This record gives sequence, structure tokens and C-alpha cells, in this order.
Amino acid sequence: MADPILVIHEKDNVAVALRDIEAGEEIRFGNGPSITAFESIPASHKIALRDLAQGEKVIKYGEIVGTTTMPVKKGSWVHGHNMGAADG
Amino acid sequence: MVDTPAINGYRRYDGRFGIRNHLLVIPTVSCVNGVVNRIGRAVPEAVCVPHAHGCGRGGSRDLTILFRVLSGLVRHPNVGAAVLVGLGCEVSNTKALAHLLEDLGKPLTVLNVQEEGGSLKTAEKAVAAAREHLADLARMERVPMGWEDLFLSIECGGSDAMSGVTANVAIGAVADWLVGHGATVMFGENTEMIGTAHVLARRAVNEEVARRITEMVDRAESLTREIMGDLASFVISPGNMDGGMTTIAEKSMGCIVKGGTGPIVEVVDYGETPTKKGLILQDGPGYDADSMAGFAASGSQLMFFSTGRGTPAGFPTVPVIKVASNSRLYRAMEDDMDINAGVLVEGVSLETLRDDMIEFMVRTINGRATKPEANDMGLFTFMTVHPPF
Repeated sequence: MADPILVIHEKDNVAVALRDIEAGEEIRFGNGPSITAFESIPASHKIALRDLAQGEKVIKYGEIVGTTTMPVKKGSWVHGHNMGAADG
Repeated sequence: MVDTPAINGYRRYDGRFGIRNHLLVIPTVSCVNGVVNRIGRAVPEAVCVPHAHGCGRGGSRDLTILFRVLSGLVRHPNVGAAVLVGLGCEVSNTKALAHLLEDLGKPLTVLNVQEEGGSLKTAEKAVAAAREHLADLARMERVPMGWEDLFLSIECGGSDAMSGVTANVAIGAVADWLVGHGATVMFGENTEMIGTAHVLARRAVNEEVARRITEMVDRAESLTREIMGDLASFVISPGNMDGGMTTIAEKSMGCIVKGGTGPIVEVVDYGETPTKKGLILQDGPGYDADSMAGFAASGSQLMFFSTGRGTPAGFPTVPVIKVASNSRLYRAMEDDMDINAGVLVEGVSLETLRDDMIEFMVRTINGRATKPEANDMGLFTFMTVHPPF
């Protein structure tokens, strides 16, 4: 069975949804513990792998790709509503 | 998979290896494209590359690129012999090109339409020469080559939301394997590095390479702003946002991940040949067609090309391995796609896909045609800076 999310780099704090994920879905991936989707997440969008504080760097590809603009709960959808530019 | 698969190619006079043994027929200027097309109809085994360039531009940057690309294609290691069809009065005329084709070490026939008595007589002579060259090429044999003799470039075009998740990640894994085996790997598309200059510069082997990376990406960013004005923000487009990309840095990371994680040893100008082995950046444009010509002029023998929406284009003298980012595209355009990286979301591991891609690459190097080669989808045009006079 294919994992529903992909962690591109071991340093990443977000993963990519490989299909549409429903709110409340328990997501099993890799060999680690599962996470629960806090809300629905469209395919190819980002999901938080752990709680992120406001102003925390968002790491994807092992690199900083943005900064959270509000606290983000583990399992949340991460996009323009809660994430801004890397330097902002 | 064996740790170091055996590969072979055609050893050239300058020490480089070709993984193909093409007869190239190329015009110096668009005015004589018809002659080249006529040769192509008479000698279908020849690789004929009519183009839209050769005259009408005079700025030093455009001239440098024009001469570098035309001579680079003739010198290319996948080319075993060439017929150069000139006119006589063009900017990149055969006499002006001659000093760049010294010590060529391969058969070259040069014909000028204004000296041969017109287009038909030129074509007739060229066809006879082409047939002789083909007979000579058929007698050449492949010999073992090392991975350090391989120079591969990576392009992405017609990208989708999965390009940076599947195809480019898988190509990056192959790139790391290649660099680890001593090969040279290059990628370019400076507009698609915007927002990631610091990431790339940190991987530079020295201060000078870091400075060139930063200068290249900054220039791409200011040029984009200058050309597009307020629309420059659409470099991260509504379509990108719908696809889950939130920032320009995130979008660009999805592009540059195709080069893997190795140290960056050199930045070369558009079409310039690297002097080092390892991971190289080309300071060239994002437009696929122009970018591929720059890679070829630099001497790349092989290319990977990732696509999500589905572009079928290859390059005339260089095998291009097309990598689909999703299974829907792969199934819809199987005639044009070589590899389906969409299997990554269907339970296939990155290691398995990487190994499959390396095996495919080995077969390609050793002579098996890629889809763009088999379909004759080679495309040749190249970058210009200024409008024509």
C-alpha cells in the first residue's frame, strides 16, 4: 500500500500529500508513528509533520522554503493562509 | 544492479566520447535551410538541423552565443562527421567559423551556396559528401568508456505540481549517483533558481563559484522584473499556488532538486564547455528549447527532461530521456515518455525508481533510442539577447 504522504528530506517539517487527504484521516507513512490530518489537504499540498510556532521556518527539500505566519498544529494544511516568504 | 555498470561510446580525437555517431548537417544561416531540408530528404540517416539564426544580429553577446552554439554542435562528441552548409554573406559565415573548427578531428564538408552555383548544386554535392561520411561512420566501433567520460544535463519543462515531488527528486537521486561515480552533471534555467541563490551558493566549492551563482540568480530576478513589471510576481503563478506551492523559494527548490545534493564545482556561461568534472550550473534561460541547445553546445552527450504536463521535445544529436512526473501523463503519452516517476506515489521506493532510471540510462548510453529519438522529435533553436536589426 502506497504511503499517502511523502517526506522529501529527513530535515523536513512538512510532507507532501500524494493524494487528497480527508480531515481526521490517520496517516501512516514510513516506519514512524502515524499522524492525524487536522483538516482536509489537497493532493500535492503540504501537511505539518509537527506543531510549528508562529515565525518558525518551514523546511521542505531539507531547505527553508518559507516562514509560518501563525501557530500551525501538527497535521494541518500548510499554505498561503499560514505561511509566507522565507525571509518574512 | 551492479555497482558500476559498463558503458561504451565512440572515442573522439579530443578524448571525449560520443554515445551516438551522428552525421550532422547544419546551415550557418536560415537562408539556406531549404538546402539542408533537401539533403535530409535524400539522406534520411543524416541529422539535419535547420534553424532561424546566423545573421541580422550584431551585439557582442549575441555573436558570442551564435558562434559558440554553431561550432559547439559541430564539435559535439555525439557527432562523428558533419556537413556545414553556408551561404557566403552571413554573419556566421564558414570563414568566420573556421577558426572555431580547427583541430576538429572528424570529417567535415563545407559548402557555400554562393560559391557552388546555387542551392540545387550545393545540395547535390552535399548529398554525395553525406553518403561518403555515413559509410565511414558505419565502420566506426564502440569502445568501453568510463563514467567520468559522461556529461549529462538536466532540463525540466511543462512542469506540474508533482514535478518537484516525483520526477525532479528521482532525477536528483540519479544525479548524486552520477557525480559519485565521477560523471559530470549540469543543470541551468537561471529563472527557475530565483529564491534559492543562498541554497546553491552554500553548496559552491569556493567563493568565486558562490559569487557567480549569486550574480546569476540576482540577474535573472531583476531581468524578470524588468521584462514582466508587475506581472513578475506571477513567476509564482495562481496555477503554482493551486498545485500547493506557497513561495517562490519552494517552487524553485522543486526545480533545483533535480541536480541532486552535490557540491557545485563550476558555473559556465550559456553553451560554454565546463573545465571541471562534477556538478555544474549553466547560466542560461528557462525556456526548454534554448536551454537544451546550450547544454548540447557545452558538449553534453545525454539529457534527462522531466515534465508533468507532457512535452515530447528532444534534441537532434543528443538522446533525451523523458521523465513523466505522474502516471496519468505517462499513460496518456506513453509514446513520448521514457520513464514514469509517478510510481513514487504508488508505493515504489525512491531507491527502486533511481536504480530503474540508472539501468534505463545505461541502455540509452549503450545505443538504445529514447522516445524523442525514435519519434524524431529533436528540436533546435537557441538563445538570443537582442531583437534582430
